[in-house]
Amino acid sequence: MTSPILAAALKGPAGRLDMLPYAALLDLSFERVGEELHLIMPFDETLIGSPGRLHGGAIAGLLELAGLLTVIAAQPEGEALPRVRPVTVTVDYMREGAATASRATASITRLGRRVVNVQAQVWQESEGRGGRDKPIAAAHINFVLDWPQMAEPLEPAP
Amino acid sequence: MTSFADQVGQFMGPFIGRVPHNKRLGLRFITAGDRWVELQLPFAPQLLVDPDHGIWASGPIFTLMDTAVGMASMLARGAFEPHATLDLRTDYVRSPRAEATVTARGECYRMTRQIAFVRGLAHDGDPADPIAHVAGTFMFAASKLAPGWQG
Repeated sequence: MTSPILAAALKGPAGRLDMLPYAALLDLSFERVGEELHLIMPFDETLIGSPGRLHGGAIAGLLELAGLLTVIAAQPEGEALPRVRPVTVTVDYMREGAATASRATASITRLGRRVVNVQAQVWQESEGRGGRDKPIAAAHINFVLDWPQMAEPLEPAP
Repeated sequence: MTSFADQVGQFMGPFIGRVPHNKRLGLRFITAGDRWVELQLPFAPQLLVDPDHGIWASGPIFTLMDTAVGMASMLARGAFEPHATLDLRTDYVRSPRAEATVTARGECYRMTRQIAFVRGLAHDGDPADPIAHVAGTFMFAASKLAPGWQG
């Protein structure tokens, strides 16, 4: 996913992410907090997996989008944007996702031209949920970047 | 099929599609065996991350696989006991075709007293040409074990 509109929107201090249909489904918005990009997923009944808990898939979806948008926001300005796609995603679930808002952020371990390694965390800040010190889940994600005009076929095209 | 799998097909199969988040995505039950299950996620525009290029978000595919392997672990357990996902790794082999229905098959290949070891794959028509693979573990709090499994 690479849309110049999205990259431009992410430079703002906060906003919604409705240009990404799946982010709209999760009702996501973002906030710039210092150097970090935070995604906020408000609680909604449609996020429930087992009674009273968020679906693990929705938590994973939030972590993947936190990683994806962090990678897009980290691309140098003024260049053509690559398509960013997750290739491997490993999620550890540490605590139950309670029926309350969740907040996710990601950090880039290594920003390469073709591969970006990312760690993402999600936590809950409402009363008794432990906040950032007690993440409910974390993900390790490897993204591959596909650059326009950088197609280098491994073998000659037929 | 075991009698428990029959029960799953008759009663819990439809239930899968009524779990609120599964229902929101449009996920549906197809079939199940004694320790595996097949689910489907039909295409919907709301599942895309890049509508300009018809590219699926990976989250809905993760959710489909999580649900399939979670249900497979309950089938292998032989009971609907509370359980929690410990970890899940998904390899996205390729993107689904733009408006494809994605099918996931999840299985529990090993059950111990506390841990279910699971794996699965997702495809968009041909299981030999998968779009994603998953491997993970679920944790059961109780110590009950289905007959035939070794702790």
